[in-house]
Amino acid sequence: MEFLDYTVLRVIWWALLGVLLIGFAVTDGFDMGVASLLPFVAKTETEKRVAINTIGPVWEGNQVWLILGGGAIFAAWPALYAVSFSGFYFAMFIALVALILRPVAFKFRSKRECTQWRAMWDLALFIGGLVPALIFGVAVGNVLLGVPFYFDDTLRPFYDGNLFGLLNPFALVTGVLSVLMLSTHGALWLSLKASGQVQARANMIAMWTIPLVGVVFVLLGVVVHLWLPGFVITSEVVTDGPSNPLLKEVSIVTGGWGSNFDTYPLFWIAPLVGLAGLVVAWFAMLMRIEWVAFVGSKLSIGGIITTVGLSMFPFILPSSKDPSQSLTVWDASSSELTLFIMLIATLIFMPLILAYTAWVFKVLFGRVTEEYVEDNQHTVY
Amino acid sequence: MIDSGLVDLSRLQFAMTAMYHFLFVPLTLGLSFLIAIMESVYVMTGRQVWRDMTIFWGKLFGINFAVGVATGIVMEFQFGMNWSYYSHYVGDIFGAPLAIEGLMAFFLEATFIGLFFFGWDKLTRVQHLVVTWLVAIGSNFSALWILVANGWMNFPVGSEFNPLTMRMEVTDFAAVIFNPVAQSKFVHTVSAGYVTGAMFVLGVSAFYLLKNRDVEFAKRSMTVAASFGLAAALSVVVLGDESGYSVGENQKMKLAAMEGMYETEEAPASFTVIGVPNPDTNRVDYAVHIPYVLGLIATRSVTEEVPGILDLVEHAKARVKTGVAAYDALQTIKEDPSNTEAKLRFDAFKDDLGFGLLLKQFVEDPRDATEEHISQAAWSTVPPVAPLFYSFRLMVGLGFLFIAMFAYAFWLTARREHTKNPLFLKLCLFAIPLPWIAAELGWFVAEFGRQPWVIDSVLPTFLAVSSLDYYEVLTTLVGFVLIYSTLFVIEIGLLRKTVLEGPYAHDHSGTGGNQDVQHPELVQPVFAK
Repeated sequence: MEFLDYTVLRVIWWALLGVLLIGFAVTDGFDMGVASLLPFVAKTETEKRVAINTIGPVWEGNQVWLILGGGAIFAAWPALYAVSFSGFYFAMFIALVALILRPVAFKFRSKRECTQWRAMWDLALFIGGLVPALIFGVAVGNVLLGVPFYFDDTLRPFYDGNLFGLLNPFALVTGVLSVLMLSTHGALWLSLKASGQVQARANMIAMWTIPLVGVVFVLLGVVVHLWLPGFVITSEVVTDGPSNPLLKEVSIVTGGWGSNFDTYPLFWIAPLVGLAGLVVAWFAMLMRIEWVAFVGSKLSIGGIITTVGLSMFPFILPSSKDPSQSLTVWDASSSELTLFIMLIATLIFMPLILAYTAWVFKVLFGRVTEEYVEDNQHTVY
Repeated sequence: MIDSGLVDLSRLQFAMTAMYHFLFVPLTLGLSFLIAIMESVYVMTGRQVWRDMTIFWGKLFGINFAVGVATGIVMEFQFGMNWSYYSHYVGDIFGAPLAIEGLMAFFLEATFIGLFFFGWDKLTRVQHLVVTWLVAIGSNFSALWILVANGWMNFPVGSEFNPLTMRMEVTDFAAVIFNPVAQSKFVHTVSAGYVTGAMFVLGVSAFYLLKNRDVEFAKRSMTVAASFGLAAALSVVVLGDESGYSVGENQKMKLAAMEGMYETEEAPASFTVIGVPNPDTNRVDYAVHIPYVLGLIATRSVTEEVPGILDLVEHAKARVKTGVAAYDALQTIKEDPSNTEAKLRFDAFKDDLGFGLLLKQFVEDPRDATEEHISQAAWSTVPPVAPLFYSFRLMVGLGFLFIAMFAYAFWLTARREHTKNPLFLKLCLFAIPLPWIAAELGWFVAEFGRQPWVIDSVLPTFLAVSSLDYYEVLTTLVGFVLIYSTLFVIEIGLLRKTVLEGPYAHDHSGTGGNQDVQHPELVQPVFAK
């Protein structure tokens, strides 16, 4: 296993972290998008049920990307898991509450006929879609800015901030980008899977939100590249040393997050894919080839998330309190053995997961119509 | 020094969210297999009533599963939120089983559960059956990996402390997976889940029989529940005994506390059936003993001693002292990582580092500890005796009650005398909550009995918390209590409504519960849609 040394394993797990985030965004992303569009695409009870039942059979599997993301961060990047979730304590709590509402809302909504009952769960679904999308986006914005954490000499993490510190203008705009991106994805899913009025409204929404995603993305890119302080390791970079974030020096350079793109021009592929995906999606919608539009949206999400990751590399969680204690790919990972074992587990199970998920989507192929919902009143959501 | 109020609140929040989550898990584990069995019979015989059973119990399964998933999300992130030092200290080992659980188990069950509910018209009968079994297998694999993680907390094998990274790191992953504590906990826990599922089906079926409605449906459900439940109830006790054996080997203090056994007894130790533990005299008053039994359970021999609390505290005192030496060596290594002398010293004492850390609740620097502190630290390794003593006995008592109930139910159903004894049916109905009580008690004995450790003999619980503010945790605790209580009320209401509506609530074919007719169209080749 000469090839798979500690450095390579760390880079692989950094990439897999990206794969999991993208996996979550392109699968559960459309569930959250549909839920946050629910009040806008569906007016009548049957329309609502059409929208809900496009995601009804698949959201549960999609959500596992989030659970797996949590588990994989714990296993491969324990320091990141420890610092970020305790630091973003209240934000995480709010996201969790929203995420708790979602599974029960799907299951409970159709169990009673009562209008208020259903309206209550519609609201729960809306919150369960919109709030996590917003919070995850705000979190990414704060990660780019740096988070006020530090360690003591036993590597106990401390956090010097609060919920309101997270709500700064830059992070709010990244939050908006996240909501726009996932709503667009949800609209394109509805366009592919729904029918009638729901589909028509979703088409309309997508035509507007697709360009908006592009505009906000480019705007944020310019801000980050020109004005935002970025982080740079100034001491010697040891890529296979012990995972201890106290052993390096870091300084802050304005526009530092852009430097990777200057050093490795190939990295420009990521933001270009992010934009190209949007262009593909928009023109495909114009020509009403819904599945191409949906694939375009997936590409775009992948490109946008990859852009964030590449611009920060090798940083994963920069510290604004003490930049030298920032978490990087080289000093926040698990041990070499754990990374290796987890890689083997991933190589065995990820292809299986992709295969059976694809099969399930294939079985569920086809649009959800109002007739289908009315005929199966007591069995569908 | 770490605020003990913060530690208590964090523990309370974790216990509350975990025990609440564990209200839904056992039923998922048990009901998933019962449904898979029912659907198997349907596919093999083509009888409609078995399909109706699959769908109806599946509906109840779904309501339960939704809340289980919702509360499970919290579990996945709570370690990082409230136990950040823990997450950093043991994430290298503890995170892996959680991630593999997602990869191997939860993806499987969550992906196919959608098809279980929505796939009836889209799949052949055999395909749908396979989907159902995959859901059942997925949820049970899920329990396996969670208990591998939990087993490691109770018996941390295959790992050692790395002074350069200030955390535990894995040395032998196979030892973590095949940890005997994890394996016995797994079989004990899933069997308890099967008992829960079987008691649920038995109780609800008994309700229909008492009301004389949906009789054919209820009789068949009762038959399945009785036989599945009997096997499960027997194995839960046998495997619980296996669990007792591994506790005896690895967690002598937990066992001594469960038994209220202060003095070491001469081999073979007797088992105290019931009594009143008295912390002032260090004895169990009014004790009723069965000779030999504890020695047999805990050591599988009649010659080995089972050590008592007082001896174990003396033992802990010695380990605290070596722990201080390990801590001292660690400080030297931290200053000067290349100091080989300190490295050698640390390697000699590192297994007791955790015992040295226990002193941190009394002194800032364990090296300044007095004899008095060391004695305090050694005594802090004794978990509270009385709650463990009573909880364990109640759990075991319930376990034997379940065997008796399922055995009688099995006898009745085998003789096709389901309704012969209405009093027993009533008992079955009122016994529905009992497996949950037993399961929660078991959780309590295992995890409360682990105190003061979060990782046995490695990391004290009070050190593991996040550096949060007391009121932050209080706020989220209140939030969780409110939202969980609301969900609980709604969930119980929906289960009740679904049970009262019965299996044929939306069936307008007019055949009602009397569907034990062979539908000719259903005896087509099983691969047809």
